Amino acid sequence: MKIRLENVVKTFETFRAVRDVSLDIESGELVALLGPSGSGKTTILRMVAGLEFADGGHIHFGDQDATDIPVRDRGVGFVFQHYALFPHMTVAQNIAFGMKVSKVRRARQEIDARVAELLRLVRLEGLGDRFPTQISGGQRQRVALARALAVDPKVLLLDEPFGALDANVRRDLRRWLREIHGELGITTIFVTHDQEEALDLADRVVILNEGRIVQQGTPEEVCRRPNSSFVMHFLGDAYRLPAQVEAGIARIGDVALDAPSCPEGPAEIYVRPADLGWTNSGSGMPAVVTRVIDRPDGRRVLADTDAGQSLEIDVPPETPVRASDRGFVQINRGSVFPAA
Amino acid sequence: MTAPARNRPPRVGDSPAVRRTLITAVLAIGAVLVLAPLVVILTQAFSLGFSYFAETITAPDTRHAILLTVLTALIAVPVNTVFGIAAAWAITKFDFPGRRLLLIVAEIPFSISPIVAGVAYLFVYGLQGLFGQALQDADIKILFALPGIVLASMFVTAPFVARELIPLMQAQGRDLEEAATSLGASGWRTFFSVTLPNIRWALLYGVVLCNARVMGEFGAVSVVSGNIRGQTNTLPLHVELLYHDYNTVGAFAAASILTVLAIFTIIAKVLLERQGAGRGGRPALAAPNAIPAEKPQ
Repeated sequence: MKIRLENVVKTFETFRAVRDVSLDIESGELVALLGPSGSGKTTILRMVAGLEFADGGHIHFGDQDATDIPVRDRGVGFVFQHYALFPHMTVAQNIAFGMKVSKVRRARQEIDARVAELLRLVRLEGLGDRFPTQISGGQRQRVALARALAVDPKVLLLDEPFGALDANVRRDLRRWLREIHGELGITTIFVTHDQEEALDLADRVVILNEGRIVQQGTPEEVCRRPNSSFVMHFLGDAYRLPAQVEAGIARIGDVALDAPSCPEGPAEIYVRPADLGWTNSGSGMPAVVTRVIDRPDGRRVLADTDAGQSLEIDVPPETPVRASDRGFVQINRGSVFPAA
Repeated sequence: MTAPARNRPPRVGDSPAVRRTLITAVLAIGAVLVLAPLVVILTQAFSLGFSYFAETITAPDTRHAILLTVLTALIAVPVNTVFGIAAAWAITKFDFPGRRLLLIVAEIPFSISPIVAGVAYLFVYGLQGLFGQALQDADIKILFALPGIVLASMFVTAPFVARELIPLMQAQGRDLEEAATSLGASGWRTFFSVTLPNIRWALLYGVVLCNARVMGEFGAVSVVSGNIRGQTNTLPLHVELLYHDYNTVGAFAAASILTVLAIFTIIAKVLLERQGAGRGGRPALAAPNAIPAEKPQ
């Protein structure tokens, strides 16, 4: 099911949660709504679900205007942040609930068969008789997903699906959700504030800030070509270096970086630790190492430049560098934006 | 953990002298204040033998008082249960102006003396009262009749159910209802298969407390009922009446019925608390991740 948001607006009391958001989601796509808290991502998801109604704009499901269709009839599967499993029902009863209350009457055997099939899909065979309090967080998450899928939703919506889980369970579930999505091909939107999760899981990432879409694109596009300093910062550690652009080249001292699309004049170069290099002799921005942090996959150098800026630089594990060494920071790549 | 060694200094605030004194004092006060009167009631009730006891409690006036009390409870408790659920629902699930006010209003009967409620009803429905003339013209009898007794009882017990439900429903939030609706359930279906099962123990707990209070209510009812023997006399009023008649044994016999009711209430209350109702059970019901069951066997 193709979903289309047109100039959607939502205000709570005086807080403008969503301001004029337009978004197209292709059928079968897996889209992440990514943003800091208060960016309006959950509100957008709840409006697509019908749990909130938009103050302005339209939401289309395929060719149908779904803006005013109540959640009950909208045909979405919603997975809540804290799962919202019915505590007084077993896992199997939770999954069967949507089929039992449906306007479409189903035979008991049909429901039982579908529950068994869903339990297999979410790899919880044999746990159907447990109550939600008797299973782990990751298992609850999968029950919530199975329950949402049981009603054959046109769209699957997940609110911070892995927020309450620990890191290992989170990574496994992420890969697993990707597999399920591949298997079922259902249009899926999920909300997260964790950029790693969004980049790991989604076909397309929609980055939001203060109720507006800041940038959308594939993980590759938003990572390699961030269109603003906000996106650059939000996707990971980033440092801002003041520079001067002349004839398509940004310069800081004798360090130069191509900036073909940036207008002449003052500019800012945004760099990540992995975009920087370190050399004990040669050229670059002169700096002093304050600390070296060793990690399994490399070393991170913390350095202060002579211009008074603190930077972090990722270097290969074999790089010979120690605290209080003097040397030079090189910029291998970076994003150049005109100075604000 | 190893067993604590003997002769080790006790925990802070765990001095044996303080402990012994405190426990003895509390037990003694409890016995004198609570237990002794109950024992007196039962022994006095049977002091002239079982046959006299049976005779007293089957006397027509006593039978009528019991009947009236049960009838009052049968009307007041269900009405207050519905009111309690509705009030708790409105307060916890909706945002509306006057929400906090409703919360306070629903608690007023707890802090006000029941006799004030009775007198207030006199002013509203009595002959000199606001609607007194209109009611008399329409030939509707509220005071000194069953409606007055039921109204006064309901006033006194209005908060019981709501008060048990509000904290629980507040903790549960709207997620469960939203989940049920998103799965296609209607409003009624959501209420009966999702909301109600999750509040059932707290609800029953509130109903039990409400019932106990309705049956035992004296102050408010004594003002509005008129104490007409065999007509508007509820059990607590009847006890007082018998006592003033110098029928001590009869009064104690009737009182013993109320006491037995109270004991049943306590038993029901304890059983319900084991099911997680009452103040103690709330956090477990509320927090979705309260039980860290990462590795269930």
